[in-house]
Amino acid sequence: MERYYQEEIECAPLEKIREIQSKKLVEQVKHVWDNVPYYRKKMEEKGVTPDDIKSVDDLHKLPFLSKQDLRDSYPTGLLGVPMKDCVRIHSTSGTTGKRVVAFYTQEDVDLWEDCCARAIMAAGGTSDDILQVAYGYGLFTGGAGLHGGSHKVGCLTIPASSGNTDRQIMFINDLKATFLCCTPSYAAYLGERFKELGYKPEDITLKAGIFGAEAWSEEMRRDIQNTLGIKAYDIYGLTELSGPGVAFECSEQKGMHINEDHFIAEIIDPDTEEVLPLGSEGELVFTAIDKKAFPMIRYRTKDICKLSREKCSCGRTHIRMAKPMGRSDDMLIIRGVNVFPSQIETVLLNNGYAANYQIVVDRVNNTDTLDVQVEMTPEIFTDNIGEVEERQKKLSDDLKSMLGIKAKVSLLAPKSIARSEGKAVRVIDKRKI
Amino acid sequence: MSVMQISVFLENKPGTLKKMTEVLAASKISMRATSLAETKDFGIARLVVDDAMEAVNTLKEHDFVASLTPVLAVEIPDETGGLDKLLSHFSEAGVNIEYMYAFPGRGNGGQAYMIFRVADTKNAEAKLAGKGLKLLTQEEIANI
Repeated sequence: MERYYQEEIECAPLEKIREIQSKKLVEQVKHVWDNVPYYRKKMEEKGVTPDDIKSVDDLHKLPFLSKQDLRDSYPTGLLGVPMKDCVRIHSTSGTTGKRVVAFYTQEDVDLWEDCCARAIMAAGGTSDDILQVAYGYGLFTGGAGLHGGSHKVGCLTIPASSGNTDRQIMFINDLKATFLCCTPSYAAYLGERFKELGYKPEDITLKAGIFGAEAWSEEMRRDIQNTLGIKAYDIYGLTELSGPGVAFECSEQKGMHINEDHFIAEIIDPDTEEVLPLGSEGELVFTAIDKKAFPMIRYRTKDICKLSREKCSCGRTHIRMAKPMGRSDDMLIIRGVNVFPSQIETVLLNNGYAANYQIVVDRVNNTDTLDVQVEMTPEIFTDNIGEVEERQKKLSDDLKSMLGIKAKVSLLAPKSIARSEGKAVRVIDKRKI
Repeated sequence: MSVMQISVFLENKPGTLKKMTEVLAASKISMRATSLAETKDFGIARLVVDDAMEAVNTLKEHDFVASLTPVLAVEIPDETGGLDKLLSHFSEAGVNIEYMYAFPGRGNGGQAYMIFRVADTKNAEAKLAGKGLKLLTQEEIANI
């Protein structure tokens, strides 16, 4: 039986959703015009005033916000309320440039936690569940978001935070945890550790997991599901928009429902900035329509994906987004070809390698080189050199046919690639460009 | 009557082999025979030791990938033509050899030993039986 946290809104008819969106958008634009000079200036430059925004159909008239805008306005330039009305900040890791600091009022925190609660219940969670949060706590939004959502659902929450893998396993075992929330790469690592300790999937009490904060492939999902004996659900979010829970998977697992009563999604052509028709692939753009402290309007995520309004058997009516292929920030251009780490991951897992890998890009004699480093595993190793080499060659051939460029495959000793407790570091780009 | 050989995956970088011998030395594993097969990108160390199970467990605990492979350990007289004579038995019996390596015995007995990896160990043993070859058991290997 499908369970909902807020059934009335999660399953509302489309007209109702649009009505809510229009009402909130009009208010939000007024709020920003009055309180965020940085964005007001952008509107003025485009010749738009709040009077031009009467419904969600007018959204396209508004200027975009980019990561660059966030950098330029750091730290408080986009703040929508006096600092004394805020109750918390979170911040991005700053891996792709300057940190972003996001502010929250108590209402902002509440609606964010509601989104996470919806995600937990969509994954089958109830107040009977014991949910271990192995996302990092602190500035990172992962820990706080799922922690708050877990409280709202009424789960017993284990705030394990990230790291200390054997302690994670001890708590899962001793308290019989049924839900795990962390990054997919850490879930894979926990699975690996359970296996090392001699646990079979049926010995592990977990029944479901909610994993996000980095791009992961269907193959990685299969891998995690098999080693932990769980159903693995995807969750999507950005610190700029609150954190995890902007969109989440339901039992159907065909795309993630975007919480449309809080976030309006658009797909644009990243080059022309033109809004594309429903179903087209392009850059995902979000407008947060009721977050007051850090009101993002038409924020360009750099995530490339598609939206779908197809009816979902779970009963939810909110629009679904496909798993993004990866942030355009993660995309590598190697010898002029676009390469996403998630494509490489797919090939590795299909060839029986573990989800631990590193991609090293370098430039030798003006030519880009791609070195995919994977760890040798007992399952793949044999005394027969010919067989090992053949596997290596097959992997290299499969990478070539997936990416369209040649990749070198290096086999490394087990455990030689550092395990990540948060977001995995997959790419080492040594090119000095 | 085969013995267990340990095959260890070695990443192609300085110090890997040393790390392996260090782990084995610390566990007081005594090596009888060693051989190193290398490719462009990685190596496989092949070892015959006094306690194969203990060695494999120790290596795995230290994050090495290691597997066990049955091989034949055959005693040969350390004299000219010794290997030739031995191989004639293999070829008469139609046993195909994948690889082989040698190790000397201890003391003054003038004995040497050859390790043979064949495709089908059981079948090869049956075919070589009655040819007067001295095949070593795991126990004998431990006590050499």
